[in-house]
Amino acid sequence: MLKQTPFHDRHVAAGGRMVDFAGYDLPVQFHGIIPEHIRVRTTVGVFDVSHMGRIEVRGRDGLAFVNRMTTNDARKLAPNQAQYSVLCYPDGGIVDDLVVYRLPDHYLLVVNGANNAKDTAWLKEHLKADVRMENVTDGVAQLAVQGPKSEPTLQKVSSIDLSAIGFYWAAEAEVAGVRMLVSRTGYTGEDGFELYFPAGQSARVWDAVFEAGREFEIEPIGLGARDTLRMEMKMALYGNDIDQTTNPIEAGLGWVVALGKPEGFVGSDVLRRVEADKPKRRLVCLEMKDRSIARPHYRILGSGGEVGHVTSGTMSPSLGKGIALGYVAREFARAGTEVNVDVRGKAAPAVVVKPPFYKHGSRK
Amino acid sequence: MASIPGDLKYTKTHEWVRLDGGVATVGITDFAQSELSDIVYVEVTTKDKTVKREEAIGTIEAVKAVSDLYAPVSGLVIEGNESLKDAPATVNQDPYGAGWIAKIRVSDPKEMAGLLDAAAYAEVVEKSAHH
Repeated sequence: MLKQTPFHDRHVAAGGRMVDFAGYDLPVQFHGIIPEHIRVRTTVGVFDVSHMGRIEVRGRDGLAFVNRMTTNDARKLAPNQAQYSVLCYPDGGIVDDLVVYRLPDHYLLVVNGANNAKDTAWLKEHLKADVRMENVTDGVAQLAVQGPKSEPTLQKVSSIDLSAIGFYWAAEAEVAGVRMLVSRTGYTGEDGFELYFPAGQSARVWDAVFEAGREFEIEPIGLGARDTLRMEMKMALYGNDIDQTTNPIEAGLGWVVALGKPEGFVGSDVLRRVEADKPKRRLVCLEMKDRSIARPHYRILGSGGEVGHVTSGTMSPSLGKGIALGYVAREFARAGTEVNVDVRGKAAPAVVVKPPFYKHGSRK
Repeated sequence: MASIPGDLKYTKTHEWVRLDGGVATVGITDFAQSELSDIVYVEVTTKDKTVKREEAIGTIEAVKAVSDLYAPVSGLVIEGNESLKDAPATVNQDPYGAGWIAKIRVSDPKEMAGLLDAAAYAEVVEKSAHH
């Protein structure tokens, strides 16, 4: 039985094409992936991300627990600050990627919807003395308002000055008269906010945000454009680009792996070795040189044969060409390296490029 | 509701066929274009080749996925729609008209009788839409 988010009736009313995603009935698109993608790049769009898992961690040892379980250095978080991070297995494989918020009296972990149950079980296994964990996913709605006009949209219905919230910071505010957590975060490369509020207030908040954004032609955005937007920024998607068989170093997430944490973290011994020996393969950006489009699992070919495989691929709506993410052997990872992608039996030329593909995002 | 013109024949794999003087014009149905959405590249890979019914004759790339185009009937692929090279979204906008994809000189006209009529295809759509 598919679960519904609190915005389900709004999606259906807006003509969303509903699909099963992470066990939820969610819109893959409304009137087209390309126009929805362009909407977010040019003005503002709204994503229902209520399917994401939300886990609160409390207790005297909350920080030590979060710092032990995640790769980034949670000690560096000031109150109301957020950080991107990774949960690893002892062998360095990735359990999930997540955002960790330090809030005034607890930590909030926001994880992938498809991994919510797995992550919760994994964290529970490692619970220590004075740590309390609560999965609050069902009671909390989560909306992402993204695009260069996200701030002017939300400012109209917010009780605080949103320009004071920095990138990956959060604040308590009233939006549409509803008390909530507002963070300057997202998965699009554009400026944007994520709103966390009681699920019972969903209709009120949704309607107020759409009313506020009307002058910017605000639209609901489906999962299809969410995927193309994140791909243009080389933001990893769990299940495609990262999973338990990949480690964060080879995935290019070394910037959120704090190997220097004095007490280490789950996976740190292995990851320290991976870092020292240099990973054998790396997740790279590929730009297709003809009109072919690479898709997940296609083989990447070097002069001597297979050198890797594609993990995500699409036609980039912003660039108008095929783009892909994939793992290649280290020798092929340098920008400018020419490879081929086996596109259903045809060798399609591609070149390794520096991330991100799309360089004009409004992210602050 | 997806449009299903009564004067065309259809396949379970969502192609449509119009037979005219021994030449079958082939495209994908309104339902198929709507499911694929955002078509960005169309290629007929078998031009000037003789193909069998149900053989893949081309590919259709949408933003989110790629799918094959299958020959509804056997014959010689004599033409691919060149105008789709620069305007692949025509398949989304006008799937039964300017968005046609390939033409096949039919080798066995009797095969046409094995295709679905509009009513039968409507049932296929009904089932696909409520999978």
